[in-house]
Amino acid sequence: MSLLAILGVFSSAIFSGTSLLYATLGEIINERSGIINLGLEGVLLVSASVGFAVTSVSGNPYLGVLVAILAGGLMNMILGYLVINREANQLASGLALMFFGFGLSALIGKPYVGVKIHGLPRIPLPWISNLPSLYASLFGFDILIYLAIPVAILVWWLLFRTRWGLGLRAVGENADTAFASGRNPRLIRYQALFVGGLLAGIGAAHLSIAYTMNWAEYMTAGRGFIAVALVIFSRWNPLQAIVGALVFSGAVAFQLLLQSSGVQISPLLLDTIPYIITLLVLIAWGGNRKHSAPASLGRIYHGSE
Amino acid sequence: MWQRTNSHIRSIFSISKLQDVIVRYLLMILLVFVFFGLILLISGKDPIKSYGDILGSTFGSAYGFSEVIVAMIPMLITALAVALPWRAGLINIGGEGQLYIGAAFATWGALTFTNLPAWILLPLMLLLGMLGGALWAFIPGYLKAVGLVNETITSLLLNSVAPKIVGFLIFGFWHSAMNTVKTANFVPAALLPTFFNTRIHLGLVIALVLLTLFWFVMKYTRWGLEIRSIGGNSQAARRNGVPLKGYLITVMCIGGAIAGLAGMAQVSGFYGVLFLNFSAGLGYMGFLICWLAGGQPIGILLMSFVVAIITTGGNLLQLTRDLPYAVINILLAFTLFIVLARPKFFERKKA
Repeated sequence: MSLLAILGVFSSAIFSGTSLLYATLGEIINERSGIINLGLEGVLLVSASVGFAVTSVSGNPYLGVLVAILAGGLMNMILGYLVINREANQLASGLALMFFGFGLSALIGKPYVGVKIHGLPRIPLPWISNLPSLYASLFGFDILIYLAIPVAILVWWLLFRTRWGLGLRAVGENADTAFASGRNPRLIRYQALFVGGLLAGIGAAHLSIAYTMNWAEYMTAGRGFIAVALVIFSRWNPLQAIVGALVFSGAVAFQLLLQSSGVQISPLLLDTIPYIITLLVLIAWGGNRKHSAPASLGRIYHGSE
Repeated sequence: MWQRTNSHIRSIFSISKLQDVIVRYLLMILLVFVFFGLILLISGKDPIKSYGDILGSTFGSAYGFSEVIVAMIPMLITALAVALPWRAGLINIGGEGQLYIGAAFATWGALTFTNLPAWILLPLMLLLGMLGGALWAFIPGYLKAVGLVNETITSLLLNSVAPKIVGFLIFGFWHSAMNTVKTANFVPAALLPTFFNTRIHLGLVIALVLLTLFWFVMKYTRWGLEIRSIGGNSQAARRNGVPLKGYLITVMCIGGAIAGLAGMAQVSGFYGVLFLNFSAGLGYMGFLICWLAGGQPIGILLMSFVVAIITTGGNLLQLTRDLPYAVINILLAFTLFIVLARPKFFERKKA
């Protein structure tokens, strides 16, 4: 197989890993505040469909990305109302949100099945532009890819180096104590959900507006669930989430490489590799991961009156 | 005021508790209809006519009603698959995966032993389905019991793996000559018998027996007591001599076996064939039904009936109103949102 094919595989791995990194970062912020969002899959779908629809109607991919991001934040507000105000079970509410996302995205996306759009423009790396154009086209990434790692670092900084992040983590560890030290757990959880939803929206926007550039029902194909797993894989740390997304992209690349080199393995079995790697890593890290999980993850804050 | 009066009356007559519940559920249904009606209006459909379709297709005829019962069977079983581990404090969100593997095992039986008579083949397929589901649930159960990984996340991950394995088996080995995403139709001996010229199959009896068994075991046996004690306080249970590890693994495996049985019932009783992505979220629905019912047998029966009405009615909506099938999920989600949100007219339960 040619160098071109190998490079092509890595290029597509980067594309598919980016949306995952954003979604994982969003979920990390949610979970650091004590809320596990199982509805991430639905949030991604709605953001992707809304972003695609807006891009298609307005012809402006940046507007599409912006609307997709907002849609992510708003979707998470539904979860926020249920689990923060109404004190509902987080897992069940998350699944309900997932079903909602399935339905709503199908309804929004229905007129746009098969529609073509002009996605986010690809900006080639500067030192690669003198390569043959075929190679250069593989390494023309869009702005969201370039921003992925800086955003991960920004999220890390927000969580671990700002007062807001300290408060957020305090709520995730023990909401009552955080309340006693003068913070508002409900407000902080809402903020965490909103910011997390914005990040998930970026990931979804990248998926439909920059990567696939079309809309198909259930196009996220389990990315939301992989992101939930990657959060544990990266021990609730945004910097390690970069590693997690790389491992996943690597698995995707490996799978594509095997396929293109003619190894006779069913693509369906290869699709399971990311999940199995995540599972194995979770097992390998089993014993000591308890130290990093937010202590009141999944617990309901009943108020401290 | 209204609530206070109600709770006062209830303390005298227990019958009014039932009325209270009925009023609550009626208001809840009304709210769901209003929300979903808005969605229908926005997408340019007539909500009144759509609701007419839903009611007409479910309660309008004996056949329509039988279709609701048919849709209810797998949900009832998958909800039980969640309810049993739930009582032991385990969150089995992996019903979806267990259902797929159970269906695959049962299909293997159906495709291999085509010459056996039904009275041997069907029990064999039942056992195979249960075995498949139990094996799939053993992984999260074992990992939880030895304290390595939380069962919630493992069973969730395995949900994504199972359909792909089933797809691999169908593409690679079992597909029929005509169609690569389907197995050959099962031989008549491998089909669960149906009743009264409808599609209601023996799975209904199995589901109801399981439900009764679950209720009885939980309420009247030592096992039930010990399982509930683990769910209440696992460390206290362990110190009182309850074999914790054994119970966690067993309970998870039985849950998986039940989900596997649901898979078997779907392929053998409903479809008569195994095909790609046949479940479409039944395992997740089971989880939600169990949660909405608080793990109580009667609640599971009621909630799966309600969800079955929604999916059956929605099916028809897709045909008559030109809506994508997935729109049913919106209706389902609104129902769930409203139950989860427990609006103000609900009596708040104190934890």
